[in-house]
Amino acid sequence: MSLDQKKELQNFSDELSSKLIYRLFRDPMGVVGLLIVISFLIIAIFADFLAPYDPSKIDILNKLQGPSADHLFGTDQLGRDTLSRLIYGTQIALMVAGVSIGLAVIIGSILGAIAGYGPNWIDFVIMLLFDMVRSYPVIMFALAVVVLFGPSLFTIMAIIVATSFPTYGRLMRTQTQSLRQAEYILSARALGIGMPRILLRHVLPNTIGPILIVASMDVPFVIALEAGLSFLGLGVRPPTPSWGSILNDGYTYIRNSKWILISAGIPLILVTIGFTFLGEQLRDFFDPKIDRGSR
Amino acid sequence: MIIYTIKRVLLAMLIVACAVSTMFLMIHAVPGDPANVMLGPRATPEIKEALRARLHLDQPLTTQLFYFFKGLVSGNFGFDLRSNRPVLDIVLEQLPHTLILVSSALIVSILGVPVGCYAAIHRNGKFDRIVGAISVSIIAMPAIVVGLYMLLFFSVELRLFPVIGAGDSQDWLDYLWHLTLPVVTIGIAWIGYISRLVRASMIEVLSQNHVRMARAFGLPEARVMSRYALRIAVLPSITMMGVSVAFILSSTVITEIIFARPGLGSLLYESVLSRNYPLVMGTVLVSTIFIVSGTTIADLINAALDPRALKETE
Repeated sequence: MSLDQKKELQNFSDELSSKLIYRLFRDPMGVVGLLIVISFLIIAIFADFLAPYDPSKIDILNKLQGPSADHLFGTDQLGRDTLSRLIYGTQIALMVAGVSIGLAVIIGSILGAIAGYGPNWIDFVIMLLFDMVRSYPVIMFALAVVVLFGPSLFTIMAIIVATSFPTYGRLMRTQTQSLRQAEYILSARALGIGMPRILLRHVLPNTIGPILIVASMDVPFVIALEAGLSFLGLGVRPPTPSWGSILNDGYTYIRNSKWILISAGIPLILVTIGFTFLGEQLRDFFDPKIDRGSR
Repeated sequence: MIIYTIKRVLLAMLIVACAVSTMFLMIHAVPGDPANVMLGPRATPEIKEALRARLHLDQPLTTQLFYFFKGLVSGNFGFDLRSNRPVLDIVLEQLPHTLILVSSALIVSILGVPVGCYAAIHRNGKFDRIVGAISVSIIAMPAIVVGLYMLLFFSVELRLFPVIGAGDSQDWLDYLWHLTLPVVTIGIAWIGYISRLVRASMIEVLSQNHVRMARAFGLPEARVMSRYALRIAVLPSITMMGVSVAFILSSTVITEIIFARPGLGSLLYESVLSRNYPLVMGTVLVSTIFIVSGTTIADLINAALDPRALKETE
């Protein structure tokens, strides 16, 4: 990281808000991304008001119907309103993504900062841990864990935290390492300020930008993972509506009604596009060079 | 370079060993007797005892781990609880299906190279912007949605492609026909990804001196592109593919299950549902070895091409 990049990082907080909003609104991709993300947040928060029906109300007479004025997205095999189920599914999806990515960021950042700042052997051990976690294919790891601990919302979130914290850890480590020799850090050390305080007060603020970008780009992957596990019947338990279990209903009844499958895919696609566009814009804004690593 | 290679390979082995031990300990640390879980509630005490002795479950955990690694070294991955066949045989039987799927998807993803190239040359043009938006959105598109939509439209509605299975492996046309949708499911995101990567590195390369030089010498533009710019610009994509084996395998699992294709993913899913622990261990182990080799090879290629990487890791 060059000197002017570092300066740039330091000036972030001042110009951040005005420039960021300007950038986001200049590019249509950013606007679309932001709008989608905000609408999904609104849908999740106000699900109770927005859903036209009770998501678990069974109406067997109207099962497997196509879209109509009464049921915009049709009904499933038990006559439940698909739209309402998807709306409530938004809550689960966003909650899983928010909580688990949040925890992963915290754990990853702490470990990454210690690895980047601490002595070599700690660095080696932590990197070994990161590499180890990275070498499990996420879905396979998830399947194995679910069979051991039983499917539940908590298991899913634990899996996501366990598989995604190395991404943030690696990022934090690289950032910390490059800042380690920076003059202001050296002078802080010379003043006798302890390591935790240096990391918290001086290193962390400069690394938060890239981490936010990666987190934003990570949301679609996490939501897809939750959907995938619920699709396989290893995630959120019925009757709690989840996008994945609705997809599974659609898959099971694919020959009876195509509408369940089609409608269940739409929110997943939209969320993906929204968070990815937003992440791309943030990335262009903060630092064009960082890469989200591999999962 | 040789020292680096040895170091890297040793580290890879250490990673696999740690990953497998963690998996092993996790399975055995779960409350409840594994023999109970494996055999179900109706098993007699004698059968349970026999199973315990066979799997060394009556010994302390560290001894069990030792036996497990001893088995691994001699190529014994344990035995399937159902058929009592060696796990390794079963895994190796399914492996080719997954390998064919993954490698075909990677071959398809090469389509991204010309797209990225064209976008880089006509940077910020209409094509670049549209392709940019499309590829960014398909990169993150969950394989599960892509796969299910394709299954719905091409197999169920239009009846153009078979719904399930891998087809007859003797009849390669039939096999290929069954392979198409799963390959597109996995590959489509990679077309987008590769095109983005190629575009980015192409833009960087095009501004470099040797390309300017080649142009100054009056070489035809097509030749400059193919021989001088693209050659360098595809390198990051190759490295990326190696590093992303884990990610590809994840979408492969989902894809195999959706299209009911045989392979590692389906095998794992079935063994997870039937709580066939030795088979779960075997599948996870083989895929872990895969992924670690992928990242290791990518690192080595990277180091061979860019000597600066050697210094960084030392």
